[in-house]
Amino acid sequence: MVKEIERSGITAVHACSIVPISLTVGGNRIVPTIAIPHPFGNPDKSFEEEKALRRQLVEKALQALQTPIEEQTVFE
Amino acid sequence: MSTRYTIIHCLNQFFGGIGGEEQANIPPCLFPGPKGPGMLIQKEFPEIEIAATLIFGDNYVAENPETAIREILSLLTPHCTENRPDLLVAGPAFTAGRYGIACGAICEAVQEELDLPAVTGMYPNNPAVELYRQHTFIARTSENVMGMTDAIRNMIPLGLKLVRQEEVWPEKDGYLLQGRRKNIFAPEAGAKRAVTMLLARMNGEPFTTEYPMPVFDRAEPAPPIEDMRRARLALVTSGGIVPKGNPDRIEAASAQRFGTYSLEGLHAFSAQTHQTAHGGYDPTYANEDPNRVLPLDVVRELEAEGAIGSLHEYYYATVGNATSVENARKYGQQIAKVLVADGVQAVILTST
Repeated sequence: MVKEIERSGITAVHACSIVPISLTVGGNRIVPTIAIPHPFGNPDKSFEEEKALRRQLVEKALQALQTPIEEQTVFE
Repeated sequence: MSTRYTIIHCLNQFFGGIGGEEQANIPPCLFPGPKGPGMLIQKEFPEIEIAATLIFGDNYVAENPETAIREILSLLTPHCTENRPDLLVAGPAFTAGRYGIACGAICEAVQEELDLPAVTGMYPNNPAVELYRQHTFIARTSENVMGMTDAIRNMIPLGLKLVRQEEVWPEKDGYLLQGRRKNIFAPEAGAKRAVTMLLARMNGEPFTTEYPMPVFDRAEPAPPIEDMRRARLALVTSGGIVPKGNPDRIEAASAQRFGTYSLEGLHAFSAQTHQTAHGGYDPTYANEDPNRVLPLDVVRELEAEGAIGSLHEYYYATVGNATSVENARKYGQQIAKVLVADGVQAVILTST
């Protein structure tokens, strides 16, 4: 899906928990997330801490969208 | 009396009989004797004895591959000194991506570190195939567990040939191409074979190439967004976040559709409004707070603060769980068409 969206000329960032799969399917801008059942959260943390963590990840994704790349890039 | 072979079998928590997604985080553990599909292996191949079964949680291995593989090796090492097994069999994993990655990583590790032959089985579209096919033997299987018996009948003879150090060939022994070249004697010289092939092609007759070209399906990286504060963003997910009740009945696995859902007036997802339809992970956390899979709450905040220009009024969701590559491609194209028409420049696609 991410590849077809990018082919249409839209810049896409793939935020996912299993980076090797994204690399295999051809994601270009990849942001690793927290865990498979909760990529943008951590149920062990308080609601406020969890939301701050989520915000950091979204900000990282926005940063990735604004970064020039030549090849598949994982934004650690 | 026929030769007996001792094998170690590796299974995920599901096939190992420990539990479903709620157990996907269990660390690797070793049990004596066969479990689940191991029983079928022993039934189909009476010369085989499964000495032990290693069971691991899908998420545990997929999320921390390096640690998990180290733990697996230290569990297996004592078994490989006294009463050394002949072979390690992992899976089959069919189209399961996390399971496939674990099987591939385990096979690669035991071959290298313990010098033990290893075999696994997968459907050719499993994402783990591209990662592991060069260094491991992956027997071809069907898409799902309906093909368990055939998968075992394919994996085990291949594995036993490896044990006996017999020559194996991808077509004959039913495993996925490793990209190796082997020297063979052919009755006719290359020039003659090539011309024969060319003539067949010109006459519209069938022929088989001796060197299939690799297919690289890559999209060029799109140029960066100059300034997100002026860009239009859309949200897409394969994590199965849908309005409560799953109105489009998106399938929990092998999804046949994607959904288009309005974000109008919505500041965040909540347990009251949305849920997950995904059958490939424990839904507890996503159902408690769907923003954990598709972070609408934070995206809305950033939009209000001006860090994001504007948000497309809909989000798009499907279930990425053994979904065919063909379908995923189709959904991506259909979604992209709508987004382009609405002037969207950037997409955040989230996956579990």
